[in-house]
Amino acid sequence: MSAAFPKAAKVALGMPQLRSNLAHATGTIRDKRAKAAGELDDWQRLRDTAAAVKADVQHRMPELAVTFERNAIAAGATVHWARDAAEANAIAARITREAGAEEVVKIKSMATQETGLNEYFAAEGLAAWETDLAELIVQLAEDEPSHILVPAIHYNRTEIRDIFKGRMPDAPEGLTDDPAALAEAARLHLRRRFLSAKVAVSGANFAVAETGSLVVVESEGNGRMCLTMPETLISIVGIEKLLPCFEDLEVFMQLLPRSSTGERMNPYTSVWTGVAAGDGPQNVHIILLDNGRTDVLADEVGRQALSCIRCSACLNVCPVYERTGGHAYGHVYPGPIGAILAPQLEPGRHDDLPYASSLCGACYEVCPVKIDIPEVLVHLRQTGPHGVGEKAAMSAAEAVMARPRLWRAALGAARFFSRPWRRRGFMRRLPWPGSKWTASRDMPVPPGESFRDWWKERER
Amino acid sequence: MNAREEILDRMRRALDGAQAPPRTPREYRRSLDPGTDAVDLLIDRLLDYKARVHHGTEAIAAALGDAGRVVVPADLPAEWRLGGARFIEDEALTTAELDEMDAVLTGCAAAVAVSGTIMLDAGATQGRRAITLVPDQHVVVVRRDQVTGHLAEALPRLDPSRPQTWISGPSATSDIELQRVEGVHGPRRLDVVILPE
Amino acid sequence: MSRIGLFITCINDALYPQTPKAVVAVLERLGYEVDFPQDQTCCGQMHANSGYRKDAVRLAKSFDRVFGAYDAVVTPSGSCAAMAREQYPALIGGDIGERVYELSEFLLDHAGVEDVGARFPHTVAYHPTCHGTRVLGLGDKPLRLLRAVEGIELIDLPEADQCCGFGGTFALKNAEVSSAMLDDKRRHAAGTGAEYLAAADNSCLTHIGGGLSRAGGPEPIHYAEILASTE
Repeated sequence: MSAAFPKAAKVALGMPQLRSNLAHATGTIRDKRAKAAGELDDWQRLRDTAAAVKADVQHRMPELAVTFERNAIAAGATVHWARDAAEANAIAARITREAGAEEVVKIKSMATQETGLNEYFAAEGLAAWETDLAELIVQLAEDEPSHILVPAIHYNRTEIRDIFKGRMPDAPEGLTDDPAALAEAARLHLRRRFLSAKVAVSGANFAVAETGSLVVVESEGNGRMCLTMPETLISIVGIEKLLPCFEDLEVFMQLLPRSSTGERMNPYTSVWTGVAAGDGPQNVHIILLDNGRTDVLADEVGRQALSCIRCSACLNVCPVYERTGGHAYGHVYPGPIGAILAPQLEPGRHDDLPYASSLCGACYEVCPVKIDIPEVLVHLRQTGPHGVGEKAAMSAAEAVMARPRLWRAALGAARFFSRPWRRRGFMRRLPWPGSKWTASRDMPVPPGESFRDWWKERER
Repeated sequence: MNAREEILDRMRRALDGAQAPPRTPREYRRSLDPGTDAVDLLIDRLLDYKARVHHGTEAIAAALGDAGRVVVPADLPAEWRLGGARFIEDEALTTAELDEMDAVLTGCAAAVAVSGTIMLDAGATQGRRAITLVPDQHVVVVRRDQVTGHLAEALPRLDPSRPQTWISGPSATSDIELQRVEGVHGPRRLDVVILPE
Repeated sequence: MSRIGLFITCINDALYPQTPKAVVAVLERLGYEVDFPQDQTCCGQMHANSGYRKDAVRLAKSFDRVFGAYDAVVTPSGSCAAMAREQYPALIGGDIGERVYELSEFLLDHAGVEDVGARFPHTVAYHPTCHGTRVLGLGDKPLRLLRAVEGIELIDLPEADQCCGFGGTFALKNAEVSSAMLDDKRRHAAGTGAEYLAAADNSCLTHIGGGLSRAGGPEPIHYAEILASTE
């Protein structure tokens, strides 16, 4: 079984700047989310509806996917299907070339992170330019995103200023680390690119089956630029993004912005249905992506992970994510949702992630679509592989605990062998694997008289 | 099997024997409490987003400020074209021409008070999406009767077959230390003019 | 009169006899008769949450055998009660889980008592443990009982709802992250200046206490022991 997470986590824990950036950012967003959610007195009822809508989507996925396809085609879109990342990337590259372009502008999209579209395009001699501010920072730094919503959450303003100064050719002279100045620098850097781009690539937050519409939720206006200015638009959409009806947006568009950025509504939401004559791209493509999702769908307990709307509230409240950051998870989906999605999307490759949680339940409490993340974590632990030594230890413990007489004998033995430490009351150094405990905590010593002895004495 | 058939087949197999989930409850709010004024609430939300709010047709001129060239949809009412600006109707202006505009003046399809959202659906007085995107200032006129309390009341007023833009304040980002900064790629100034019915 | 079975939990059985003794004292003070079935061992939580479902099923069945005849099972552990109530239905079916109460639930919801007649003239900070609070939904129940204790001075614990980093085998499998979480909890606990840090789970208190015993800070104590106190 892989132990990549504990190792990577240890590295992250040793980076004080990273930890302080993360603690500051997640702390800020936690408070904002709590306030924004607390403002709606029907928050729990909205969650109930959202969870039920998503369960219905999963149950009716084949029907809804076909309905979406039919309506999108009727509105003038071309719909493609991609079994996996390679197929999706190849389709996107072909459309880009057919449009006579060698580069695309991109809206932040988890689906294209997942397919590695940028890397694929680079290998094909095509360029994919990220236009979301945080994605731009990460792309300029030649780094990986570390958060679903705020991919550059691991950088503070000074580090971002240095990245811009070092790697953005048209960075203004005397650029300061004021966030407004940094945003202005990004605006100038990207503006010509937006106005001249021939092809854009996006994901989608929602795909409405009833109307064949796609929805993109954003803040900066880079999304609107990509969705409006180019002639050709390619949207890569996971099949789980479906919603049955347009009306469902009244639920999800209350939950998503308040859960993700802690705002009552994000600055811009774009909804488009195929091609609109004389308005925006006239060449509209939609690539419906599987890439492991149907395997997740097959797991009765695990399939609720497909309800995720990528708000990242679970990351922001997770005590583990807050201390390790996103890179430690080794997957484009980090944090609690990543810990249940990654091992299901790529079976056998992230078996240690379901253990990257203390099962504290903070994630479930904030999840706007009520994914019971602790339940799925435990389920994946129960269905995943176990180390041989641990398995033996667990079986031995169970064998003792399932037999009351053996259990009582074991307690007696523990009391006997721990006598030397009794006066002190605790043990400071245990042999492996107890050493993992005593590295930072003392271990109490069994007392001289057990509850059982006391009870027996009393009953006499 | 092609990709479409294979994915649909995988879905069907994954769901083989799955039980239908219970009916979807829809017990959430669809309107404001009586006594809450939707327009007042909308204004409160807009100010919170650092949009500027004006009242009455005459205020359009002030809202446009010193903008010299203002793009408008061809069907924008003449009585809204107030002040000293030059109003240029959008007849398939090129991107470069749009980039020369100081501001855009439009109406809207609906507004949502609770979230401070103005909705455009490319209908009357709104024009195509590019004109409300490229200029640096957007002045949008909202009639009181277009203001709804909740999203649930606004959605039926939109035409899902047309492209929509829902706008909640000026363009913004929270990508740096999660601190909100207004003004990135979309219009950096949003002025809302509220008209009586 | 209903029959109350006391489930002391394996960790109290091994390490903390004073906690179940306190539960007995409080319940008897309120006029209840308590029974301690000798064959009890472990609820199976460690096995279930570590991924050993079959082992957990065997332990859950054994719990059901031992406690099946009781009208109510009272336990001084939010996480063990949560295990029985939330996980048993999927593991073994049946309704035993519905009759398992964490102590504060039993006192407030079943017995209808908030003031249990305790006296504890000390400063206390309270840590709401994760499973008790989030899985079981205890809310402020233990705190309500503590507020009614004579002489007690409760001090707010900053970031109280943050996990202490225990998480069962998480503390070993991801020892470094767990320790980093513990550091923060310990710092906040020490910062209160309280004499005691109370909680509804001795497993979490073993973890926090293990850290506090190295770096100093309040004395860990199960809140049942405060409720039993008449000093």
